[in-house]
Amino acid sequence: SLSLLAESDDNNFILQGTQVKDVIIKPDAPNTLLLDKHADYIAAYGSKKDDYEYTLSEYLRMSGIYWGLTVMDLMGQLSRMNREEIIEFIKSCQHDCGGISASIGHDPHLLYTLSAVQILSLYDSINVIDVEKVVDYVKGLQQEDGSFAGDKWGEIDTRFSFCAVATLALLGKLDEINMDKAVEFVLSCMNFDGGFGCRPDSESHAGQIYCCTGFLSITGQLHKVNADLLGWWLCERQLPSGGLNGRPEKLPDVCYSWWVLASLKIIGRIHWIDKAKLRSFILACQDEETGGFADRPGDMVDPFHTLFGVAGLSLLGDEQIKPVNPVFCMPEDVLQRVGLQPDLLS
Amino acid sequence: MCLFFYFRDRKEWADLEPVPQDDGPNPVVKIAYSEKFTDVFDMFRALLKNDEKSERAFALTAEAIELNAANYTVWHYRRVLLQALDKDLREEMKYITAIIEDQPKNYQVWHHRRMVVEWLNDPSEELQFVAEILSQDAKNYHAWQHRQWVMQEYKLWDGELEYVEELLEEDVRNNSAWNQRHFVISHTSGYSDSAILEREVQYTLKQIKKAPHNESAWNYLNGILQDGGLSSYPGLLEQVTELQDTCSSPYLTAFLVDLYEDALETNSSSYDQQETLNKALELCKLLAEEKDTIRREYWNYVSRSLQNTEYITDMLQV
Repeated sequence: SLSLLAESDDNNFILQGTQVKDVIIKPDAPNTLLLDKHADYIAAYGSKKDDYEYTLSEYLRMSGIYWGLTVMDLMGQLSRMNREEIIEFIKSCQHDCGGISASIGHDPHLLYTLSAVQILSLYDSINVIDVEKVVDYVKGLQQEDGSFAGDKWGEIDTRFSFCAVATLALLGKLDEINMDKAVEFVLSCMNFDGGFGCRPDSESHAGQIYCCTGFLSITGQLHKVNADLLGWWLCERQLPSGGLNGRPEKLPDVCYSWWVLASLKIIGRIHWIDKAKLRSFILACQDEETGGFADRPGDMVDPFHTLFGVAGLSLLGDEQIKPVNPVFCMPEDVLQRVGLQPDLLS
Repeated sequence: MCLFFYFRDRKEWADLEPVPQDDGPNPVVKIAYSEKFTDVFDMFRALLKNDEKSERAFALTAEAIELNAANYTVWHYRRVLLQALDKDLREEMKYITAIIEDQPKNYQVWHHRRMVVEWLNDPSEELQFVAEILSQDAKNYHAWQHRQWVMQEYKLWDGELEYVEELLEEDVRNNSAWNQRHFVISHTSGYSDSAILEREVQYTLKQIKKAPHNESAWNYLNGILQDGGLSSYPGLLEQVTELQDTCSSPYLTAFLVDLYEDALETNSSSYDQQETLNKALELCKLLAEEKDTIRREYWNYVSRSLQNTEYITDMLQV
């Protein structure tokens, strides 16, 4: 079917007479999995000399570390990372209020609190931080309508509902929040197309859908999802190139291999995606020289897309990669150790 | 490229000891920075450490934001200073307007703008501002969130349906605009009035005729008719079937499958059940084998479900 595509203008192709926004995978794009290159890329990340990108991303450092460690663990290469240094770093990032910041000298935020707890779970070192205070911090961010703010400045987003319950689940403290209200808020973000947005009435978006289905899994409320309708919306994200986009009429991006695929796995409909085509798209996003994955073939790589490319391949069943949990985006063996088995629909 | 007068060399800053970046007690290797970035952020850290609330601190946040507008700690600090120094919020609106125009895809800048609007309790510029941003990228997710917040918070519904129609004229495949259409109508007239529903059905069919391969339009049509049921909506089957010759697309075929499915599930007396089932199965096969092969697993699933539905309905009739 690629032969039916003719380029009309930048990223708009004509398929069977109609315009489709997509990319074309070149015949010489990578088509085998280069795990060793990716491990080398992550192991070296942050130690490069021209590090402007690294310093510019200080405001998300905790998440950056989580992405790097998780993908290394999935590739069986966690031992190459500096465990002691990272644990000390996390300890320095917990504030008096209990919340954890992206880096030293930054303000606490739910996003980075979750990343920190995920890292400490990987390292089986939860108790190096004050767990009670983390719980207090998370509880304190719940609003009257059940939603969660990201930090004291009050931005509301279903991403933060997910961060809150995922954090508490990893700490074994889910019962500390108003669960009914939290669920009520997330369900109020369900749209007419079966998807979810960041707040009620917000456009359905694959990233938000991942957060909401993850949330509903953790809270045991997946039966409230219209799985057929949402599953259809999600499998509609697959474009002729095999890649997935995040909402209608957008370009494919390898990170949606995670947001969309994990959501489908959670609601029991992952087989609705053409796996072979998706796999070729993901592999094409690798950089054979530098290692790592980019958002789409030919672009610059980064740790974020590297994690989601590898995690996506794991969900597709690649046996060279450890099984990944679709709710937490962490290795299944870590969750087994923690004792967490969130529901998935069949 | 102009020369930058480093903060560490300015006499008004001489009392502050710059605080270098700290990546942890045992940093792996020394990292190379751009000089200006280092200078500004070292000073920023010094101010934070002393919890300084001054004009020079406020000025520095602007420098820091210019270098890295995603750094949420700098935005926090700026808001603390805006309040502590009782700064002119109208000036701040001008400032945040310029920043957003430059970097419209950043969470912090939009959240900051929302805070300023709330503090001023003045949404009067917002719809026009968001429209300007959307004119550069009509799908900017942050812009749409902000617009929805302003409209709901301050009850600014007038003229929005017209605005959505303008956007759909420009790009009938703009999923954000279709979502906004649903948003406006849900919060104003609602869809329960049959005249409104019919207006929306006709509007959507008209857009489909213009651009048949349009997921958003078909999703919208499906969405607004869910409650009533597709198969019982008067004239719908005829109108959609009419489109098959000139406006065929996998979405049209999928819509027909949904419609037939609804007829089967509701055991509608207006439809010959066996014939409807056969047509639906035929369409699923067409989609799975020819028109939408990438989703063949889904279409095979729908086929199986349809056959089960028929079976259950039969059972109930016995």
